[in-house]
Amino acid sequence: MSVDPLVLAEGLTKRFGDFEAVAGIDIEVRKGEAFGFLGPNGAGKSSTMRMVACVSPRSGGELRVLGMDPTVEGPKIRARLGVVPQQDNLDNELTVRQNLQVYGRYFGLSRKHVRDKAAELLEFAQLADRADDEVEPLSGGMKRRLTIARSLVNDPELLLLDEPTTGLDPQARHLLWDRLFRLKQQGVTLIVTTHYMDEAEQLCDRLVVMDKGRIAAEGSPSQLIDRYSTKEVLELRFPPGEQDPEPVRDLGERVEVLPDRVLVYTTDGEAALAAAHTRGVTPVSSLVRRSTLEDVFLRLTGRTLVD
Amino acid sequence: MSVGLVWRVLPPGLYARRARAVIERSYLVNRRAWMTVLSGFFESFFYLFAMGIGFSRLIGDVVGPGGQTMSYAAYVAPALLAASAMNGAVYDSTFNIFFKLKYAKVYDGMLATPLGPFDVAIGEVSWALIRGAIYATGFLTVISVVGLTSSPWTILALPVVLLVALAFAAVGMACTTFMRSWQDFDLVQLALLPMFLFSATFYPLSVYPEGLQWIVRLSPLYHAVELMRGLTAGVLEWAMLGHLAYFVVMAVVGLLVAGRRLGKLLLS
Ligand SMILES: Nc1ncnc2c1ncn2[C@@H]1O[C@H](COP(=O)(O)OP(=O)(O)OP(=O)(O)O)[C@@H](O)[C@H]1O
Ligand SMILES: [Mg+2]
Repeated sequence: MSVDPLVLAEGLTKRFGDFEAVAGIDIEVRKGEAFGFLGPNGAGKSSTMRMVACVSPRSGGELRVLGMDPTVEGPKIRARLGVVPQQDNLDNELTVRQNLQVYGRYFGLSRKHVRDKAAELLEFAQLADRADDEVEPLSGGMKRRLTIARSLVNDPELLLLDEPTTGLDPQARHLLWDRLFRLKQQGVTLIVTTHYMDEAEQLCDRLVVMDKGRIAAEGSPSQLIDRYSTKEVLELRFPPGEQDPEPVRDLGERVEVLPDRVLVYTTDGEAALAAAHTRGVTPVSSLVRRSTLEDVFLRLTGRTLVD
Repeated sequence: MSVGLVWRVLPPGLYARRARAVIERSYLVNRRAWMTVLSGFFESFFYLFAMGIGFSRLIGDVVGPGGQTMSYAAYVAPALLAASAMNGAVYDSTFNIFFKLKYAKVYDGMLATPLGPFDVAIGEVSWALIRGAIYATGFLTVISVVGLTSSPWTILALPVVLLVALAFAAVGMACTTFMRSWQDFDLVQLALLPMFLFSATFYPLSVYPEGLQWIVRLSPLYHAVELMRGLTAGVLEWAMLGHLAYFVVMAVVGLLVAGRRLGKLLLS
């Protein structure tokens, strides 16, 4: 038996009026993998996620989620999805616990089942001591954790996370990564959008970089780094406005100029740094490091990730 | 009315037959806001006391349905029942729903689950009806006990007033989906108040000149008042079928428009 992809998009398009937010993308997400979307603000990540979540009809192209067409079988698909939207939409008229229980009821789960499930998820989100509090006064990070817990109430096969860790403190982020990793081990498929490099590298088996509604690159984090960047990067920091790439331009395969630094892409960063010094280049500070997804991103979109 | 048939002709994916979960949510929320629920309960009694008992002293007996003589309180009580059903249903389905739609984003959350826009519409309208049924039962019991009704047909006023509430809630919700800001709600007031005052609520249709009578007949509240007054007085007429049909049409059109518009707004 061949394993059908959980999500299959061909020429998937989303238009708002004349504006094309998603301009014909092809993606294939396989069962059990963690798939990532990277891209600058407005790239079309959330628009894509909403189409996959069957809450936004596509304007063109083909889309299959769990083997079904969202236009026809939206409710059936949604029954098996977990969704963490970019913007929390918790129910402020209900308590923390009720948010989980009532949400479970929307999925048609029995009262007893949602009672037990809510207790389990409150532990998961570390909100057990706030269980009977209002949602409104929770901190931003707590709300985020509750939204994530809520998305698990129906034991989804496919979990869609739109910037799941935005607003979480480092500890909570690591905890969530750990939880997501465990879900993945249990066979849950994950689709994640993020602005954080480390998150993408940690979580994603495969990712696409989106820009202006199109896919700019696709592959595993290490493949992308191999393909679009060099092994090492030399960072030369200058006071803003004083960075001049000309003296170092030939020291690497490629040079990027950022507001406060010049990046030299090269196989040997130390050698490039020594060469820069002999040419009389005097940066405020310098750093040699390995290439990351950030560099791939910069190369492909001309922008840094968090802007 | 074959409700089942109406839902079967809906496009797939918009209705998951799980409106009950939406009602459950409303129940949980309102359990905590019981003061609001209780104040709504007393509203119709305040009106009855002011209009019915107060004016009764001045006015004495009047000629009611079928030419029978009745106290002014008995004349006006069923009309107040109709008006309070209208008010309750419209407030529930406009202010309340607008807030959840635009600010609280409650429905966005719901639609990420198997629920569809019609589950939301039906669930919310049903809650308005459940509340309306509680109020109406209380009101009908009290006016029967104090002798303001004169017929066992009064019992039918309950299901009929629920149909009236359903119709107003459905149309109210449909209108809400077109509203863009709170300013638009002045229009709701502008529609409700004259309807309340001029729909033959406090005096018979015959006081109006012929031309105006036809305008009053357009008012849905007029048809509700006629139904309530006829039933509590025990005067049943064929015209009542016409009044009922008016509300059936309102309810069906309102719900269809509300569900579709909700889908358009939320599933964008
Ligand atoms: N409902 C809408 N109506 C009109 N335009 C929209 C709508 N939703 C999104 N857009 C536009 O589509 C484009 C892509 O938006 P989208 O939210 O998908 O970006 P994103 O990649 O998620 O960005 P971010 O990283 O900021 O979340 C943006 O230009 C946005 O203004
Ligand atoms: Mg987004």
